[in-house]
Amino acid sequence: MIDSLNEAVVLAEAAGCSIGEYALRQEVAEGLRSRAELEAGLQRALDVMRGAVARGLPGDLRSVSGLVGGDAAKLNRLTGPLSGTLFTEVLAGALAVQEVNAAMGVIVAAPTAGGAGVLPGVLLGLARRSELSDAALVRGLATAGLIGGVVALRASLSGAEGGCQAETGAAAAMAAGAGVEVLGGSPKMAGHAVALAMQGTLGLVCDPLGGLVEIPCVFRNATGAAIALAAIEMALAGIEFPIPADEVIDTMGEIGRSMDVRYRETAGGGLAATPTGRRLAKERLVQIKRSGKSA
Amino acid sequence: MVSLLDIIGPVMVGPSSSHTAGACRIGLFARALVGGSPTKALVELHGSFARTGQGHGTDRAVVGGLLGFHPDDERLRDSLDLAGAAGLSVTFQNTKLRGDHHPNTTRITLSRADREASVVGSSVGAGRIVITAIDGFPVDITGTLPALVIVAADQPGAVAAVTSTLAKQGGNIATIKVSRREKGGNAIHIYELDEPVSPEALDALLALPRVQSVRAIERVAS
Repeated sequence: MIDSLNEAVVLAEAAGCSIGEYALRQEVAEGLRSRAELEAGLQRALDVMRGAVARGLPGDLRSVSGLVGGDAAKLNRLTGPLSGTLFTEVLAGALAVQEVNAAMGVIVAAPTAGGAGVLPGVLLGLARRSELSDAALVRGLATAGLIGGVVALRASLSGAEGGCQAETGAAAAMAAGAGVEVLGGSPKMAGHAVALAMQGTLGLVCDPLGGLVEIPCVFRNATGAAIALAAIEMALAGIEFPIPADEVIDTMGEIGRSMDVRYRETAGGGLAATPTGRRLAKERLVQIKRSGKSA
Repeated sequence: MVSLLDIIGPVMVGPSSSHTAGACRIGLFARALVGGSPTKALVELHGSFARTGQGHGTDRAVVGGLLGFHPDDERLRDSLDLAGAAGLSVTFQNTKLRGDHHPNTTRITLSRADREASVVGSSVGAGRIVITAIDGFPVDITGTLPALVIVAADQPGAVAAVTSTLAKQGGNIATIKVSRREKGGNAIHIYELDEPVSPEALDALLALPRVQSVRAIERVAS
């Protein structure tokens, strides 16, 4: 897999295709999987994403600890000031998937379980608004996959290694590049969308209450999706981010490596270490233990 | 090599690829060592598995794996209830394993009929696992290929006998590792293979003079 997004943009433009199409051709050329296998795998991921959004929107799920659930439904009830817009739909989709994840439902880790809401929130929101075909969305997932692969090779996709910027930040970058391409933007625009999304999440710490993938993870998927949407809009308007995507990704990696261990999924700092964060985690963990014993 | 499907995937039950999907895969591996659903299991949770395991459903994921559920099976959520119906009695214990272990590690000691096994496994991120010990022998297995776990006398020719038997049956070996607890006792052989071996090959291996036991492990991770 290619380790430079700048290079992927150049190669895709030279071939006259999207980054997603280039990614599919490239992996087929590497010889481990056929095009049909890849497309079937991505189609299954798309189907599971759709199922997760649908499962999360009614709002009847609670997480294992009971701390989160039901918030996607609030956005879905069409009462907010931006109700009925793409923006609200994207936020609701991202929350829905992450609420399903926290409730031990089935999701696609894309790139991780903790960041699984961003990509379906953005892509499926765009799909409904712009009536995109599944074939187009599968190519969009391939775009996202290539971007995630570059981030994995140059930086990290793990909150324990790089903080939340490596999970929801990477997810936002993947969704931004994919979103640009499914809406017909050029590979170059997609590259700028990746840079624009990732610069907006640089430095983001991983500070889950009690170490659980619940608070703030569920909400951070929604705000991550919002950042992706902002990046898509800017890139499609022709805005170019002056620092190339690869260098922004390298910066994310560098910040992650120098991040204190308290901010890397250990629940030792950030929101997890606030008085309320500590109290909620303690109360809920004690409660889980009790219910675990009686089960 | 990274595939697009590694980044857009795996499809899994939440909430955590390391604490849920990886834990389930360690359970699946342990199950394969006793050849099916165990009747009794002690699940010891170490490090982060002990601290946040219940909130992440690590306990349910391990038990789901022991029952043969894969990481994308929604029954993981209810596995503690389903265990009783499946005749599995499971005990959990938080522990501090001696030696150097990854923070997300579990030791599972299990039995089924006359078969017993113990396995130490770590979930090392993104659902990937490493099995570090089987029955007290140090090993290093990722579960991404079908494997043969063979215990044989620690004598010259034991490995050669196994590999020539496998070659006759047409099985191609990807990796071989041999380790032992002490010289001249028993050694454990781990063969990772491109394809699962046939029942005939398993019988032929078991018939070898130095071989004590042969266990076939299916691929549990991608």
